[in-house]
Amino acid sequence: MTLDRRSFIQGSAAAGLGLAVPSLFAQNNEPVRVGLLTVKTGPLASGGIDMELGLKQWLAENGNMLAGRKVELTVADTGGVPANTKTKISELNERNKVHVIMGPLAAFEALAVDDYIRDNKIPTLSVAAAEDMTQRKANPWFVRATSTSSQSAHPMADYCANIKKYKRMVVVADDIAYGHEMCAGFQRVFEENGGKIVQRLFAPLTVPDYGSYLAQLKTNADAVFLGFAGSNGFRFIRQMNEYGLKGKIAIVGGMTALDEAVLKNMGDEALGIETACWYSAELNNPINNKFAPAFRKAQGYDPGFYAAATYTNAAVLDAALKSINGNASNKEGLMAALKKTNVPTARGPVTFDSYGNVVGDVYIRKVERKDGRLVNVVTKTYTNVSQFWKYDPKAFLANPVYSKDWPPARNLE
Amino acid sequence: MIKNSLLYIVLIAILVILPLFFGEYYVNLGSQIMVAAVFAASLNLLVGYGGLTSLGHATYLGVAAYTSAWLFQNYGMSHEYTALIALLFTTLVGAIFGWISLRASGLSFLMLTLALSQIIWGIGYRWVGLTNGDNGISGLTRPMPFGINLENSNNFYWFCLVITIICLFFIARFVNSPFGSSLKGTRDQEKRMSALGYNVWMIRWITFVIASFFGAVSGLMYIYLNKYIHPSVISITSSAEALLCVIAGGAGTLAGPILGSILIVLLKNYVSGFVERWNMLLGIIFVFIVIFMPAGMAPGFTQLKNRLFGGKKL
Amino acid sequence: MQFWVIQTLNSLALGGLLFMLSSGFALIFGLMRIANLTHGSLFMIGAYIAASVLKGGYSLIVAALVAMALVGLIGAIIERFILRSLSGNSQGQVLATLGLSFIAADACLMIWGGDPIPINAPEMLRAPMQMFGFMFPTYRLVVLVISMISAVLLYLLMEKTRLGAMIRAGVDDMQMARAVGIPASQLFTIVFALGALLAGLGGTVGGPMLNAYPGLDADMLPLALIVVILGGVGSLIGTFVASFIIGFIYTFGIALVPDLAYVILFLPMVLVIAFRPSGLFGTIRA
Repeated sequence: MTLDRRSFIQGSAAAGLGLAVPSLFAQNNEPVRVGLLTVKTGPLASGGIDMELGLKQWLAENGNMLAGRKVELTVADTGGVPANTKTKISELNERNKVHVIMGPLAAFEALAVDDYIRDNKIPTLSVAAAEDMTQRKANPWFVRATSTSSQSAHPMADYCANIKKYKRMVVVADDIAYGHEMCAGFQRVFEENGGKIVQRLFAPLTVPDYGSYLAQLKTNADAVFLGFAGSNGFRFIRQMNEYGLKGKIAIVGGMTALDEAVLKNMGDEALGIETACWYSAELNNPINNKFAPAFRKAQGYDPGFYAAATYTNAAVLDAALKSINGNASNKEGLMAALKKTNVPTARGPVTFDSYGNVVGDVYIRKVERKDGRLVNVVTKTYTNVSQFWKYDPKAFLANPVYSKDWPPARNLE
Repeated sequence: MIKNSLLYIVLIAILVILPLFFGEYYVNLGSQIMVAAVFAASLNLLVGYGGLTSLGHATYLGVAAYTSAWLFQNYGMSHEYTALIALLFTTLVGAIFGWISLRASGLSFLMLTLALSQIIWGIGYRWVGLTNGDNGISGLTRPMPFGINLENSNNFYWFCLVITIICLFFIARFVNSPFGSSLKGTRDQEKRMSALGYNVWMIRWITFVIASFFGAVSGLMYIYLNKYIHPSVISITSSAEALLCVIAGGAGTLAGPILGSILIVLLKNYVSGFVERWNMLLGIIFVFIVIFMPAGMAPGFTQLKNRLFGGKKL
Repeated sequence: MQFWVIQTLNSLALGGLLFMLSSGFALIFGLMRIANLTHGSLFMIGAYIAASVLKGGYSLIVAALVAMALVGLIGAIIERFILRSLSGNSQGQVLATLGLSFIAADACLMIWGGDPIPINAPEMLRAPMQMFGFMFPTYRLVVLVISMISAVLLYLLMEKTRLGAMIRAGVDDMQMARAVGIPASQLFTIVFALGALLAGLGGTVGGPMLNAYPGLDADMLPLALIVVILGGVGSLIGTFVASFIIGFIYTFGIALVPDLAYVILFLPMVLVIAFRPSGLFGTIRA
């Protein structure tokens, strides 16, 4: 790479500061500038708005301070369009001079700004699940305290094979990388534990009607695994009901299939469905016992995936900043501190692997009715789940990234 | 005439030195405006000069960007070749789609261009093996013409400026040529042009092909700027925004698409930082311009200039 | 075997829904030469209104009536206050409806939020129907029946009433219709409101199949466009036939060639246009 004059000057200036006066600067009271890259317009807005609410609640509870410093929060709306995400991140970085970024929401957004984050060395606490960003193409400026696409699907597959004793299953998901990765992870663990995936159906993200897929669904399987995101799981389950499939075939789901955001508008058709996720509003730990009721009181509904993601991220960031005396300008120090985090959060304890991805608990949750609303009751906990499940990271990474083609589906009928 | 040339030279000189006074963010915003301006100017050939409202022009930006990204990813081809192939292939697609779309005119033409672009969008989204679907194609680089490092935002700005000026120069030459006049003739007096022995269909088709060529150029600028492509660039919204740039600025004027692009890019990327419901604002501006400023902003500015500098035409 | 039967029924139900979606679009396009790009939005607004009315404890029939009335009213307002000022400028009108669709999407997000809202079928239609050893959603068959009824009513309206005669005259030759004293101004408002009302009906009737969610507008609009282009401008019969053709292509295409589902959805339309620009049943070139 060639070095142009401007970046050389910038680089040496930064290096000079870092060497000469770190202790001095650590004492000053410069606010921590946080940029939230989220989606507030368009079809993805529901999750994006919750991301903002979750983060703002954490800040309100903590006197708008991170590690004893005031927080300057800038919220940027990408509209869920990758080109806008790129402009917005450069706006946050260059105009608002943020120290750290939370977000973006969608995997394709994260992929669109991957280069930019590397080139500009922006510590980023991502919410997006794209596997390779903490695997084969790990971005050194990237930590993820939520889950990769398959991180919650691996334990679900284990649960289906070894506890529910399912033998033959169908996977259905959105026809996007997130759906492919989740189903591939599920398939690998399920088949290695003696199960068979007998059918895979991938529906376009924007399909209005699932009737055509339901007609194909193999009802002679033991259960169907849903790898949907957003509102699609909601629509699929309602249509299964329409076709009289509820009760004929058991339903289990990935981490976004029956999110609290979707559950609040569902009816009895959701009862009894089990899903795996790194969070549930019903989680019983001191932090969540404070967070979830307060969120529900303020917003009128339970926090789900996205609200919990930023609420957790804030706790992680706070702990990391504390360990470096709140010196947010020390990017390398902050990244190192983030990866060394070991902090209790609303989702349970959070630590990171060397690739920047969380090692944390994953919960099997069952939809039940409680106080008149539907909730995800935690029935089983898989502790300290890594993105590599029980595999050796090196061997795991030697395989291709999860996709429609890998691992190959050998048992389709 | 001399006065006008002087005006252009001063304008270009200002644009050249502009990045020296602004931060990187604003420089990149400038590059983005130029990508949008070339794209809108290419669409303006159809909409403004040909009277053919296309709602599928994002196809050409998208096909060129995808072709370039795909060749680079799969064959590691150097940028000279990817650019050349992307331009040729996109122009070919334009020739075929033009042939299909121009079997109709008016609203049917609009709906056909829309439908054809939906096919391309469908491939972008669904044919994962080819386009990587929703994950898009990432990990791209910018070219290094004459050893100049375009990763630097100022250099990239100047690169865009050069391309933009060249494109606008040729577009201006095209519309002021005799062929351009006959094109305007087909727009205003279709039947009379036919009667005079002009092949109206052929004139429109050639224009369509040229428009898709310049659309492809903007697609290359786009992929170099973003180093990432996702099927959303081929969506209806993307085509609609380009159309909005043309209409807002002034269809059938040279300055129109540029003014429109400045407005829309700033609105989407700058104003959206202050206005929560910026999507609605975009819609309101769209409706407002269509109803109250059907000629767009450029004629308004021309009037202003005439008042200030006398009656010379820009 | 079961697959083919269920898919056929699915295709018919979807075709019926597409007819309710597209017939309004076709009416407006045929008479006023406006490609109403808010049509998907009107469909979505219909679904949302229905969801709200159902939440208030009313039946789906009440919801349908309210949705039709309100969406029809919105249509009338759009025609009177926005499209009217652009009369004679059909491209301007298309662009205005495009801008309106941006506004509508954002407004729905503001009013109803970003989460999907369920629309329940009437209690008695919720249980699936048992036929020859397999099940099919009863409600989808009802959708098919409702679409047939609305097709017949529309046909009677067009063929047997004075309003229909005026619309037909307008579709054939607007200038001539004006010359013989048909009040074009009122006719346009009525037809636009009628088209919007049909979209609202489609949104309500389709609601229990599709539910209300942000993005429903963008999912439905292209389908309406394909149907109308394929069927031919200004032809209600064409719209009817094309709705079912698309219903079949969509349902079977997605199942049989998933990777190219969108391509084969749009391809027949492109082919028809390439060889018969006026569409299958169209008589005039727009």
